[in-house]
Amino acid sequence: MSLTALLVDGLTVRFGSFRALDDLSLAIDYGEVRAIIGPNGAGKTTLLDVISGITRPKQGRVLFDGAIDLTGLSEAAIARAGLRRKFQKPSVFEGLSVRQHIAIGADVGFRARLDAPALEDRIGEVLETVGLVDHSNRLAGELSHGQKQWLEIGMVLASDPKVLMLDEPVAGLTDEETERTAALVRALKRPDRAIVVVEHDMDFVERIADRVTVLHEGRTLFEGSMAHVRADAAVVEVYLGR
Amino acid sequence: MNRFGLITHTAPIVHLITLIVLAALLMAGLAGTEFALSRYLANAIGQLAAFAVLAISLDLIWGYLGILSLGHGLFFALGGYLMAMYLLKHSFEITGTVPDFLQFMGWKEFPFYWDGFEFFPYALAAAVVMTTLISGLFGYVSFRSRVGGVYFAIITQALVYVAMLLMFRNDTGFGGNNGMTGFTVLFGWPMGTSGMITALAVASLLVLAGVLAGCNGLVKSRFGALMLATRDDETRLRTMGYETLRLKLIVWCLSALIAMLAGMLYVPQVGIINPRVLSPELSLEIAVWVAIGGRGHLVGAVIGALLVNAVKFWLSFAAPEIWPFILSGLIVLVVLVFPNGLMDLAKFKLVRPMGPKRLASDMGEARP
Repeated sequence: MSLTALLVDGLTVRFGSFRALDDLSLAIDYGEVRAIIGPNGAGKTTLLDVISGITRPKQGRVLFDGAIDLTGLSEAAIARAGLRRKFQKPSVFEGLSVRQHIAIGADVGFRARLDAPALEDRIGEVLETVGLVDHSNRLAGELSHGQKQWLEIGMVLASDPKVLMLDEPVAGLTDEETERTAALVRALKRPDRAIVVVEHDMDFVERIADRVTVLHEGRTLFEGSMAHVRADAAVVEVYLGR
Repeated sequence: MNRFGLITHTAPIVHLITLIVLAALLMAGLAGTEFALSRYLANAIGQLAAFAVLAISLDLIWGYLGILSLGHGLFFALGGYLMAMYLLKHSFEITGTVPDFLQFMGWKEFPFYWDGFEFFPYALAAAVVMTTLISGLFGYVSFRSRVGGVYFAIITQALVYVAMLLMFRNDTGFGGNNGMTGFTVLFGWPMGTSGMITALAVASLLVLAGVLAGCNGLVKSRFGALMLATRDDETRLRTMGYETLRLKLIVWCLSALIAMLAGMLYVPQVGIINPRVLSPELSLEIAVWVAIGGRGHLVGAVIGALLVNAVKFWLSFAAPEIWPFILSGLIVLVVLVFPNGLMDLAKFKLVRPMGPKRLASDMGEARP
């Protein structure tokens, strides 16, 4: 296992004449929680789209684990390689129960590979972690916004991913729910896992992130700890100051 | 609750399957006695059962996978045409009756591609292979290019229309605009007798029960949960490592095969097949049955098909000209008032549920 989980190398994505990502390079290590912040249109979600295979870049590559170039793989193949992502808008399956979500996340394939007791254990474990044990038989469509956010985190967590991408995990949450989510993200940190969080809530970012990358117009504007980010004149100018 | 955490509403569907099997056994048992159903009624039941199978095939992909096909008449007709080919060739072998369309065309013998159709297993195998090939190819090209929603529905509609134009041609050797009729023998037995009518109706009911049980097993399994997940958010499922293209292709082909089966049951009972089965109207009507019954519920699809067709059978005697208005009225009603079809009626409980909730609310109301 390489030390670097994700190596983004010279990535360019264009939508028409707009450069969503402009020769972007960055490295994310195992064991860290990396926050990616920046104004709207800076390319944060586009970066996650490229890593998860939804958007194909015009140039550049994304190396996973120092060996696998993700830019040529399908979304499903990338997920099976061990990269999972929570979307910006809570994306759950309205017609399925909470347990079914975790079962689908834990075990990839049209037929279950885990045996029943092992699957039960895993479902229980994950529901415990995201705090939805009491809701395991409810339909996802009936959950509150915050519960949907946690359910989606639980669903992507169930496979024990090596890279966990969270796109705005606390958008629309109450202060108390944000608090719980921050504790959850810190608890998910492991030496063999990289966690990438895109978020606008600066206090949340400060609590969870080991390092922060500030994107601006598809390029890295700054990289460092949150304290340094707040002190950087250029960042304040384009983002925080407004 | 099973191990995938499904909340299993087994009761209604188990009841329905039991009811269908009992009806089939009863019909078979009473055949030949004075209590036997009239030929007309037995035939109507058999045709309705074939339509119910067709409705299930559409519900499987529309209700459970979110893919609307407005061209399912294509697979229904495919099964129907190949069944008709078997019936004509078989009848010819036994009785020497030359089919009408050969006489119209002045042909002395069957075209070469009719070879082998006198054997039912060959006709069945041909139907399965053709349906799988056509649905598989069409599905692969569409799903691969990620064509979905209304675009997919329009393409399926165009496909069935193209097939209709093709079958209207008289020189194809498939009966042209008159279609195929004059079936006299099935499996060596003369057609049109009470016994044959009852046997076909009983067979249709048993196939319906089998298809219902099989589809119920499928949608309640882990695979069924993945179907619903694909319907609700396909990108989400794909980014969890699932190849949704394969899943959609499997269910699409399965659905086409069930529609084909319905066509094979339908044609010997109605005694004719012609290109009108491929008209866009029929394919739209299938979607109406499912919408009225409640898509995403197998029981609903069966009830919708039975209800709409029973009204249609009746109106075709009473007042055939108002049928289009009734049908359109039903569509408007479903779209505006009951988006889930008759299944919405289940929400309006006639009897309030007993239990703690009831007691609490009653006590609350009783207090001044």
